[in-house]
Amino acid sequence: MCILSTVRCISQQTKNAHVQEGEDKTRMSKHVVLVEDEVNIAEAIRFLLSNEGWRVETLANGANAVDVIRNARPDLVMLDVMLPGKSGFEILHDLRADPDLQNLPILMLTARGQSRDREMAEKAGVSRFMTKPFSNSEMLEAVRDLTC
Amino acid sequence: MARETLTGSRIRERRVMAGLKQADLARDIGISASYLNLIEHNRRRIGGKLLLNISAALGVEPQTLTEGAEAALIATLREAADEAGLTGPEALRADEFAGRFPGWADVLAGTRKRVSALEQTVEALTDRLAHDPHLAASMHELLSTAAAIRSTAAILAETKTLQPEWRDRFHANINEDSRRLSDSAQALVSYLDADADAADAASSPQEEVEMFLSAHDFRFESLEQEAQAPDRIEQLVAQAPELMSQAAKYIAAIVLRQVAEDASAVSLPDLRAAIQSHGLNPLALARILRAPVPCVLRRMAALPELGAGLVVCDRSGTVIFRKSVEGFTVPRHGSCCPLWPIFAVMGQTGMVISERINQLDRAGAEFDSFAASEVSLPDHYNAPALTQVVMLLVPSRAGSGAGRSVGTTCRVCPQQSCGARREPSIMNAGV
Repeated sequence: MCILSTVRCISQQTKNAHVQEGEDKTRMSKHVVLVEDEVNIAEAIRFLLSNEGWRVETLANGANAVDVIRNARPDLVMLDVMLPGKSGFEILHDLRADPDLQNLPILMLTARGQSRDREMAEKAGVSRFMTKPFSNSEMLEAVRDLTC
Repeated sequence: MARETLTGSRIRERRVMAGLKQADLARDIGISASYLNLIEHNRRRIGGKLLLNISAALGVEPQTLTEGAEAALIATLREAADEAGLTGPEALRADEFAGRFPGWADVLAGTRKRVSALEQTVEALTDRLAHDPHLAASMHELLSTAAAIRSTAAILAETKTLQPEWRDRFHANINEDSRRLSDSAQALVSYLDADADAADAASSPQEEVEMFLSAHDFRFESLEQEAQAPDRIEQLVAQAPELMSQAAKYIAAIVLRQVAEDASAVSLPDLRAAIQSHGLNPLALARILRAPVPCVLRRMAALPELGAGLVVCDRSGTVIFRKSVEGFTVPRHGSCCPLWPIFAVMGQTGMVISERINQLDRAGAEFDSFAASEVSLPDHYNAPALTQVVMLLVPSRAGSGAGRSVGTTCRVCPQQSCGARREPSIMNAGV
């Protein structure tokens, strides 16, 4: 309960901060949905991508991620593997099962860097697979590669 | 027969090793030198008091002079030879080797057992990240926290114009995550440390359990009193020096729970009284004692006076319990001979088999085997039925008629034409 409220509180703050950064950017900028339950990783990524002009929407739970993504039609999805509610693999599978989302760039971030996981993700149609910990520049480069 | 042949030869070997003259040994044990000569040349059967006297005079265990006790040793030597790719006439001389150089044979067999145990450990450790959920979760936590710190630290270090409010928040995040990182790193180290202490790589959990059960002679008086049983099981497991690994403790607790359950169904005095009136007839005993046959078989194995062996397999045919009996080898590694009666009851719920059997490579020893299956109460509806099969091996009276021959395991089985053969034998010319 405590963790949940913290997440809500921080995302509220960051949303406000983002709004302060520039209202006019919002419509023009590219949109990424970040599904990540590690609050501090999500915050770092949000900061980095916001600086690059992205509009970042964060989800800390996997359960409703597919619906949110389907409605939002983002330019990019960043997906953790171990998530509460629904695993990253399940979300990836569901997204790729939707004919409209076949070409949606999906970047997977996982701390379980085993070759088995990578294989599974590639089979399920991931666009790019990155293991944690990653370097910021590496991550930004991957984002640019996937959305250029 | 091979058995007598070797006993005489071994007595001779041991006597020569001890530097005793035939006449001296004969005098020591109160027989004539010519009679001892006949024994040593395998012209006279030997057993009972005389065997005990000779072994005492030679300062060896009586079993080391008879093949039965060495059967397990020889089986292990054959496995070792097979593993090393030893073929030809040399491979067939395991018993001769064990007879002539018992010390070296023990060393070789011990090494072989240790190698298999270590192989199992290596296999388990290799796959540890995949199979140990606690370790996998710890590593995930560690890597996630490291990822958060790395990313945040890089932002702090590399962003030239970082607004103070962002800077403060990232500092707070890094502070929080670094504490988390050190906690989880510490937890991981203590987990790995504790585990390294607990598991002795030299023996498998199954071996530890066997040592534990043997040390108690497969009898647990304290579990015979129903009321105390649950507490006593924990105590017994915790106090057993033989049970070092968590896995062994787990297996032993399962075995002891079964013992306690059986004890509450059939008490040993009742069982003895029923055997007195009805003989060694598990079917009749089950009827009198109003207990399932598998339970009766397990209880009969707990009677020391019967000297019976017991084998229990689960639905996959894996041996999950063994009480060894001299003259019948249950392979420690690899799979059993599919001709054993125990496997015949697997698909035949309710059927009870009674059959006289012997093992092909164990000249002599005959057993009255009884086998039955049992289906455990399922945990929930529509769960697969977990059948277990139980086989009791009662050594039969000598000369009471030959039984069906079965093997130990294909690799050391001398039977040439066998429909059940899975792999070629290393015993290509018999024993």
